[in-house]
Amino acid sequence: MAHPKRIARKFRELRARNEAALIPFIVAGDPDLQTTRNLVLELERRGADLIELGVPFSDPMADGPANQRAIARGLKTGASIAAILAMVSELRKETDIPIILFGYFNPYMHYGCAELARDAAIAGVDGVLAVDLPPEESAPLAKPLRANGIDLIYLLAPTTPIERNRKIAARASGFLYYVSVTGVTGARTHLPDDLAEHVGALRAVTALPIGVGFGISTPEQAARVASFADAVVVGSAISALAERHGPTGDVVGAVGDLVGAMKNAMREERSAQANAGASK
Amino acid sequence: MPAFPDTHGHFGDFGGKFVAETLMPALFELEQAYKEARRDPKFHADLERYSREYVGRPTPLFFCANLTAKLGGARIYLKREDLCHTGAHKANNALGQALLAVRMKKERISAETGAGQHGVATATFSALFQRACEVFMGSVDVERQALNVFRMKLLGAKVTAVDSGTKSLKDAMSEALRDWTATVRDTYYLIGSAAGPHPYPMIVRDFQTVIGREARRQIVKHEGRLPDILIACVNGGSNAIGLMYPFIKDKNVRMIFVEAGGLGINGPSHAATLTLGTPGVLHGNRTLLLQDELGQIRDTHSIAAGLDYPGVGPELAHLRDSGRAEYAAVTDAEALEAFRLLCETEGIIPALESSHAIAYTAKLAPTLPKEQVIIINLSGRGDKDMNTVARALGVPLREGG
Repeated sequence: MAHPKRIARKFRELRARNEAALIPFIVAGDPDLQTTRNLVLELERRGADLIELGVPFSDPMADGPANQRAIARGLKTGASIAAILAMVSELRKETDIPIILFGYFNPYMHYGCAELARDAAIAGVDGVLAVDLPPEESAPLAKPLRANGIDLIYLLAPTTPIERNRKIAARASGFLYYVSVTGVTGARTHLPDDLAEHVGALRAVTALPIGVGFGISTPEQAARVASFADAVVVGSAISALAERHGPTGDVVGAVGDLVGAMKNAMREERSAQANAGASK
Repeated sequence: MPAFPDTHGHFGDFGGKFVAETLMPALFELEQAYKEARRDPKFHADLERYSREYVGRPTPLFFCANLTAKLGGARIYLKREDLCHTGAHKANNALGQALLAVRMKKERISAETGAGQHGVATATFSALFQRACEVFMGSVDVERQALNVFRMKLLGAKVTAVDSGTKSLKDAMSEALRDWTATVRDTYYLIGSAAGPHPYPMIVRDFQTVIGREARRQIVKHEGRLPDILIACVNGGSNAIGLMYPFIKDKNVRMIFVEAGGLGINGPSHAATLTLGTPGVLHGNRTLLLQDELGQIRDTHSIAAGLDYPGVGPELAHLRDSGRAEYAAVTDAEALEAFRLLCETEGIIPALESSHAIAYTAKLAPTLPKEQVIIINLSGRGDKDMNTVARALGVPLREGG
């Protein structure tokens, strides 16, 4: 099917407006898929530019406690890949926001890599990320995704040597996801001091947009990262809000408020930068 | 050079490196360090000296005259890994990898453990080589293996109870991987099973093959020939691959993996991965797993904490698929019966894990001619299991009782 490259287009638009993308990560099915659908629409309204949909897995080895619990809640409500794709299909009647599946390889493999690529393209998914699938093992998934016009998003870590960054960047599309901290997902009070330098070094090996995630939980942190990165991913802070507000509270409103505040802080940071640049 | 794994760590369709990018460079670093260590005569000399003077190798190969007579068939030998320092074969691998950690100048060693034997072995060598040590253990196992938890603490290790998921070995391993993701620059993650991402399955196998190399020499001395059958309990599979790998090219030597049938393999409560598993990816490698049709990992059960994991080492999965190895499952009840059988016939208290291998032998040996020779890997001793066994037999244990 004719599949617009929504991710690349979104980054082009944002660059033209001198904005960094805000990418909320929400676990599909936490607390239920109807709420997930409502969250996507509300977060877009509040300034989210792309959405990462967490695909639940029983053993999320790269996630900290907040996302582990969110993923367990999603698993319990039956957010299977088939159910998630059906929800994305429905969402596509109402929004064009780029959607990325974010999960672990085993559920993808069981759905079938070729089947996943085909069905995700039909549903309107734009990117797929498998946390535990390094480029050495990614061919079985990368090939069918590429054939279906879906970006396979790769992670780069602070421990990744520069030569390896270059190798990964060469096969990546969509954007590169830089893991800001040496560790699993989860809110951090301090982000590494040399984060901007690391992202700067990556510019030398890729022309793709660079997103930064893991550990970012406040509007202040989002603004700081937006000053040097093309995208900011926020995840565990949202999982924590979903837990606190539960199935009965106003999860959509609470997460919407956080996302709105983050996006505002990011915009202000970028215009402050532009003004400072213009007055020089 | 061994045929497997290939340069990417694949054993046929299984193995590989399936981890988050943060850990990939550490796996390459380990691969390189191990390659260099293997070429270094000093590394081999250290390994040999500590094996002999500290672990107590070689361990004996013992002919079980009483058990053989009682079962009335094949001649049965035990490879006495239970006599290793710390009480199980786990010491072989923990020693080798701890020496690697020292070589790589890592100040901290971490490990996952199920029954606690690997945790105790890791804590032991961390104390010997003066490294900080943290062991991750499912909270269910912390409770059922309380004695080993106390041993680890005495040896100076920090024991962290893992409360997520099924609160057993699977979740201990997930938590150890999470910890390593955050501490990878100065921590050596010491995996205890022939599982995990490449190069671990290869490294663990190589350090455990001392079992099989000794057994081969010893059986030739006793019997003047190679054995007919090798039997070992399997979960991750390090004791089985350690005994059997040196016989892998001897096509007439049968290899039998015995796994945990729990309450019975027709129900949900077992850990019979070789019998009922399907291919999947967990904890860094592609292997056989107990999982549902959506790729979510199932809960497992075994009376033996060291067999209570939903996967199996990738090389063992490959040996099953290629037809080289046979496999069978033994229930909790059969393992308990075999536990008592060995106590009563030979005066040896086996670990509940090893009791699975004995249970299968008790079924197989009577059907075989008397000139056939079986070696069982007695991978560990049963002291750690006294509480579990007493409870299962309905015997109250009281202090001072």
